[in-house]
Amino acid sequence: MNAVEASSTPILRVENVSKTYKGRKGDTLALEPTTFSIAQGEFVAIVGPSGCGKSTLLHIIGGLIEPSSGQMFLDGQEFFEAGAERGMVFQGYTLFPWLSVRENVKFGPRMQGLPLEEQESRASHFLNEVNLHGFHNHCPKQLSGGMRQRVAIARALANKPRILLMDEPFGALDAQTRAVMQDLVLGIRKREKTTALLITHDIDEAVYLADRIFVMTARPGRFKAEIVVPFGQDRTEAVRDTSEFFELRKQVSHLLHDEGRKVVEAELATARIREG
Amino acid sequence: MQVPTTKSEALAYAKSEVLTSIGADPTVFEGRRKKAKVFRLGGEISPILYWTIAAFMFGLVLELWCFLSYTGRVSPLILPTPTGVLSSAIRLWQAGELWPDIKISVFRIVAGFLASAVLAIPLGILIGAYKGVEAAQEPLNGFIRYIPVPALIPLVMVAAGIGEGAKVLLIFLGTYFQMVLIVADVTRLVPRDLLNASRTLGAKPHQVLFNVLLPATLPGLMETCRTMIGWAWTYLVIAEVVATDSGLGYRIMKAQRFLRTDEIFVGIVILGLLGLLTDLAFKFLQPRLLPWAEEGRNG
Repeated sequence: MNAVEASSTPILRVENVSKTYKGRKGDTLALEPTTFSIAQGEFVAIVGPSGCGKSTLLHIIGGLIEPSSGQMFLDGQEFFEAGAERGMVFQGYTLFPWLSVRENVKFGPRMQGLPLEEQESRASHFLNEVNLHGFHNHCPKQLSGGMRQRVAIARALANKPRILLMDEPFGALDAQTRAVMQDLVLGIRKREKTTALLITHDIDEAVYLADRIFVMTARPGRFKAEIVVPFGQDRTEAVRDTSEFFELRKQVSHLLHDEGRKVVEAELATARIREG
Repeated sequence: MQVPTTKSEALAYAKSEVLTSIGADPTVFEGRRKKAKVFRLGGEISPILYWTIAAFMFGLVLELWCFLSYTGRVSPLILPTPTGVLSSAIRLWQAGELWPDIKISVFRIVAGFLASAVLAIPLGILIGAYKGVEAAQEPLNGFIRYIPVPALIPLVMVAAGIGEGAKVLLIFLGTYFQMVLIVADVTRLVPRDLLNASRTLGAKPHQVLFNVLLPATLPGLMETCRTMIGWAWTYLVIAEVVATDSGLGYRIMKAQRFLRTDEIFVGIVILGLLGLLTDLAFKFLQPRLLPWAEEGRNG
């Protein structure tokens, strides 16, 4: 437990949530029982090797996958289904292609039946937040990958969610665009006081954006370590050049490296079994 | 380009001038790299070049037809000359025999196709959206669709007689079961993340269905309709050949009885042209009705 978590009531509380996939060759444990919470205004990142169940965990919290065990609470209220108070940004492009950029951002408020003026003002506000002033009437297919993810972030925020869930949101973008998007998220977080949970395999991204990082083990996924990042929400790009940043990066990298090797070894073992 | 001084420069200049004057992009024809594009896997070509190739192929078929018929290499009883077919077409048109046939055939297509679309599209979407409906409908449909429609003709005639209803019913039977399954596939191909995204934005189940799933299937539905109309033409001719006294299929059958190969060809060419016209109409409407759809992709 760190100071932030102890001093305030958690927005999100996840208790013993696990996932087992049933298959013909028996059950596969994808995610071991996992417990953690996120406090108001906190930015938490989860890093782990591919296939460790980190994305599954986020989908469970988003209400899109049913957990095999455990309970989840938002502001102390248990939840089961997907809902607007847990906004989500996906790895792939999920804008509605038949709606304009502005209509995409209005989608959530519209589904909830908010008054039209409220829908409009939220669309304007959050499109400004992601620096897309001149693109309100563009069609998603006219936008670059980075711009599409900006709209996706604005769309999730337009519901004013209690927590923003992000599943490798910049995984498909090139390195330069990714860096710009990370700064954008940092700015939004500061201005909007966003509470967020980010899944990533990019160690730099996790250290640059998060207040706390959970490192996961290879499948079955389990929280292996928790690392506190002390930069606070006023950090700027300069933090990337500090020795503390390098130190934290190295720490996460070492923890992940072992897990990466385990994944490769496990894959080779399965391949050998298959070959007989 | 500068003023040409040497002979080869002048030639290149003239070539690019000519290409530009006929509206072609000279760069398409210039340079080995660009030229190779025509045969590059998945490569793009300019619309002008595309239609030039298409027109060339039509010309080639026509030329082959001329060659085989005018030289008498193929008996006129099997292959009439293009001019012979054209003059028969004009004769039939002036006699007022062609237009009523076209009208009644188009009516049957539209009626049969609409009936099957109106029923198959909603059911297909429900099958694609709900596993329960899939279990109730898909295996059953999969069984029925393998029954060849011509095998049902005697049954249809017993049930619906030989009136208009029978023709429309036959077109319906030929397209409906296929369409249900294709629409179900179109629905299943809607990216899951699109539906998930709307749920995390607070959309209720019925809102996901009407505000996300339905619009996402539209490009695929349009493509399905285009394919199914092609099928409808096939079943129309089957229906008209078997039992009727009007329509293009009937005209072809009647011409065969009198060994009027030229009139058979008139019927065949008109069927081909109507099919091509429907296809072009869809190609024209698609980008105008659904400008947001990404080309060659569903949803």
